[in-house]
Amino acid sequence: MAGFDPRATGGIEKYLEAQEDRDLLRFLTCGSVDDGKSTLIGRLLYESKALFEDQLATLAADSKKAGTRGDDVDFALLLDGLAAEREQGITIDVAYRFFSTDRRQFIVADTPGHEQYTRNMVTGASTADLAIILVDARKGVLVQTRRHSYIVSLLGIRHVVVAVNKMDLVDYAEATFDAIASDYREFARTIGLAEVTAIPMSAVHGDNVVAASPRTPWYRGPTLIQHLEAVEVDEQRLQKQPFRLPVQWVNRPDSEFRGFAGTIAAGVVRPGERIRVLPSARETTVHRIVTADGDLDEAVAPQSVTLVFADEVDVSRGDVIAAAISLPQVADQFQATLVWMSEQPMLRGRNYLMKIGTRTVTATVMPLKYKVNVNTLEHVAASSLDLNEIGVVDFELDRPIAFDSYMENRDTGGFILIDRITNDTVGAGMLRFALRRSQNLHLQALDIDRAAHASIKGQKPAVLWFTGLSGSGKSAIANVVERKLFAEGRHTYLLDGDNVRHGLNKDLGFTDADRVENIRRIAEVARLMADAGLIVLTAFISPFRNERRMARALLKDGEFIEVFVDTPLAVAEARDPKGLYKKARRGELKNFTGIDSPYEAPEAAEIRVDTTTLSPEAAADSIIAYLRGKGMLDAA
Amino acid sequence: MKRLTHLERLEAESIHIMREVVAEADNPVMLYSMGKDSACMLRLARKAFYPAPPPFPLLHVDTTWKFRDMYAMRERMAKEMGMDLIVHHNPEAQKLGINPFDHGSQVHTDLWKTQGLRQAIDKYGFDAAFGGGRRDEEKSRAKERIFSFRTAQHAWDPKHQRPELWRLYNMRMHKGESIRVFPLSNWTELDVWQYIHREKIPVVPLYFAALRPVVLRDGAWIMVDDDRMRLAAGEQPVMRRVRFRTLGCYPLTGAIESDADTVAGIIAELLRATTSERQGRMIDHDGAASMEKKKQEGYF
Repeated sequence: MAGFDPRATGGIEKYLEAQEDRDLLRFLTCGSVDDGKSTLIGRLLYESKALFEDQLATLAADSKKAGTRGDDVDFALLLDGLAAEREQGITIDVAYRFFSTDRRQFIVADTPGHEQYTRNMVTGASTADLAIILVDARKGVLVQTRRHSYIVSLLGIRHVVVAVNKMDLVDYAEATFDAIASDYREFARTIGLAEVTAIPMSAVHGDNVVAASPRTPWYRGPTLIQHLEAVEVDEQRLQKQPFRLPVQWVNRPDSEFRGFAGTIAAGVVRPGERIRVLPSARETTVHRIVTADGDLDEAVAPQSVTLVFADEVDVSRGDVIAAAISLPQVADQFQATLVWMSEQPMLRGRNYLMKIGTRTVTATVMPLKYKVNVNTLEHVAASSLDLNEIGVVDFELDRPIAFDSYMENRDTGGFILIDRITNDTVGAGMLRFALRRSQNLHLQALDIDRAAHASIKGQKPAVLWFTGLSGSGKSAIANVVERKLFAEGRHTYLLDGDNVRHGLNKDLGFTDADRVENIRRIAEVARLMADAGLIVLTAFISPFRNERRMARALLKDGEFIEVFVDTPLAVAEARDPKGLYKKARRGELKNFTGIDSPYEAPEAAEIRVDTTTLSPEAAADSIIAYLRGKGMLDAA
Repeated sequence: MKRLTHLERLEAESIHIMREVVAEADNPVMLYSMGKDSACMLRLARKAFYPAPPPFPLLHVDTTWKFRDMYAMRERMAKEMGMDLIVHHNPEAQKLGINPFDHGSQVHTDLWKTQGLRQAIDKYGFDAAFGGGRRDEEKSRAKERIFSFRTAQHAWDPKHQRPELWRLYNMRMHKGESIRVFPLSNWTELDVWQYIHREKIPVVPLYFAALRPVVLRDGAWIMVDDDRMRLAAGEQPVMRRVRFRTLGCYPLTGAIESDADTVAGIIAELLRATTSERQGRMIDHDGAASMEKKKQEGYF
């Protein structure tokens, strides 16, 4: 293992050269403390001299205080980093460890194995070239082994080591090892894991970790370290693929230089090669590959470079530069496998920010196809995803993007979803394929367009979107507004609970998921009516900012007018016209906005109506004055 | 087929991280401490944005107690890189004359560094700050994200850090929040020295062994760098051949006895080393989980 012997031939300079030539392998360990995972990692660090005396001294002291192994060193303590975790005795995150041998540098992602930490394991797996799956020789292939393997295959890890650990406790029996290895291989085939290496081990005693064990003379395969040193790293496979570079940053220090900086996601690039910029589809030739160490004749994945083109082509952050002879797909609707990482469930119809490569777009979740039971791998019908659940979902984006399927390339096919309000990363996804309808869907051009519809009515289409607590007075005010507009000869329509909940949306309840779908349908109907030239009034609680934003996005600028009917909860509850608050307080009504379901007040509504000071008549007048001021009541 | 070395792969990752920050942050800054990690970060920043100069300033949160050699390096590098250098001194610490002798390492570090950094970030409105932290340095850092979120009060909440998948970093923030970014997260101490060797990066001479005036304090060799150093009655500085594995405030930084006076020599020594680099840092020994606690309070 790594260590410089000053007596070695060639001296330090030669030794350094060899050291600098080592490559890098990233791997993931899957299993629980019971399987000896921490012991195995601790042993790898220890044997490769990645542990220092002061760290070992601390470890020895800690082992006596809090260890579970009597007087022996408890490697698990070394690996539990955060004080909070140490106190609770659990590992709740991804920890990265480093060690090296003379041939390779290693980065280990150490993640907890329990089902409630699936998101941590997915995170650790996303950057790994290889996974070590620990199996206790006494227990064989368990439910958790299958779950870990499924996640490994889902994240596209191609190399799997099954570490059949604790062989000392089964007397190093060859038959036990063979049975587990063949069991596992059979299962691995069903989930598409091709390259499986099984190794009999005892991490506690070091058997077959570094050196071949004399206690398993029947085993002729590599030791764990030998295998880790020899396996092909993922970048070698990536270099064989067509060239891809998502543009990170446009480098323009002066008017002379214009370079496109990014990390090569796949393939090789050389000056003189034809490339295409996507999604704009402009084609040009690579003129130079610029680095601070001089221009390159060739650059490969995953190098970070700056390209200069032969012609002036418009390129910006988020574009993908691709080999002109082998292009990625361009589409705006996809199917993807999604891992949900937030305590707030994924809701269909809601939109999230999607970051893929260097591009951030808006993605709307379409109905969930199914979710996967990670223990049995069965497909289960579902309408939402909870924390740590995995499902297959269709997405619709606000614009087309260039992508490859995740199984071909992690960087051009993997994405995260971001909640627009909290800014949290709530999901991680792997694109499978573009939906056919996104490639073939062309809108039918109609002879009578929306401008024609509006002009015959002598008004401009608009959607007055009333939002506020139950009992705030939305319907009452909307009703007065419609009456006054009607009296002026305007063409209007009022959508409210009475005419929507009983018909179009009678299949929906009041869960968060149903509320989102309720608003989505109302927004779509309102848009159709606006297309027909109407002034549409909607009066729904519409408690979530996200859905109101989605409705706004459906309409042309200026046509969506958010009316915040601002009534404090105490006032609305005191009014309680339908007795609903009383019921909710008694617990007879679940998910009641303001009581056990949140109301997210608008941050920048076009109109705010304070019902504690304004009567419905006065409120209606102020809304009509707004419409008139904006010219909405003039002929189109 | 070109096989990238581990240094090339680490370099590419660090450059990718720096470019993401510049593309998405409104007002980034690079914290500069003149140490070996800072030296590597500067080289990586030059590479990431070449031929443009790095599009952000350098910030040194000073304690007034660094080694003289470090201040000399600071001026030299700012000039060579063509970058703006901001030096911040906590005015409160200055007024109170906070120093490691009268106030101890905890108070000294808290006022000059932790509070000083918060002040500087608020004063200049930085929303992203590059730091040289590495995951191999210390136990609580093994789980640190590359993009580490701080609330508007600069607090680090271990429960609310974002998962980092692939090369996708979510940099969206609310007003007042900031991110500390660690482009060297996946580097080890050995990688840093190998990179310095490969790239011929200039570092502060204190890293190399030389005869220096030192006194033995709590089992560590402390260098008498200027006449502010307080000697105990009868304490006499002696000349020893020493060097430093990490650099900080001179009264708080222990030297090791060594003959390594070249980068190659340092690497050879490191490969035979039996203690970790932070052993010479007094502030890590302030109690169990001390680094984690400092981080929650806003220390880098």
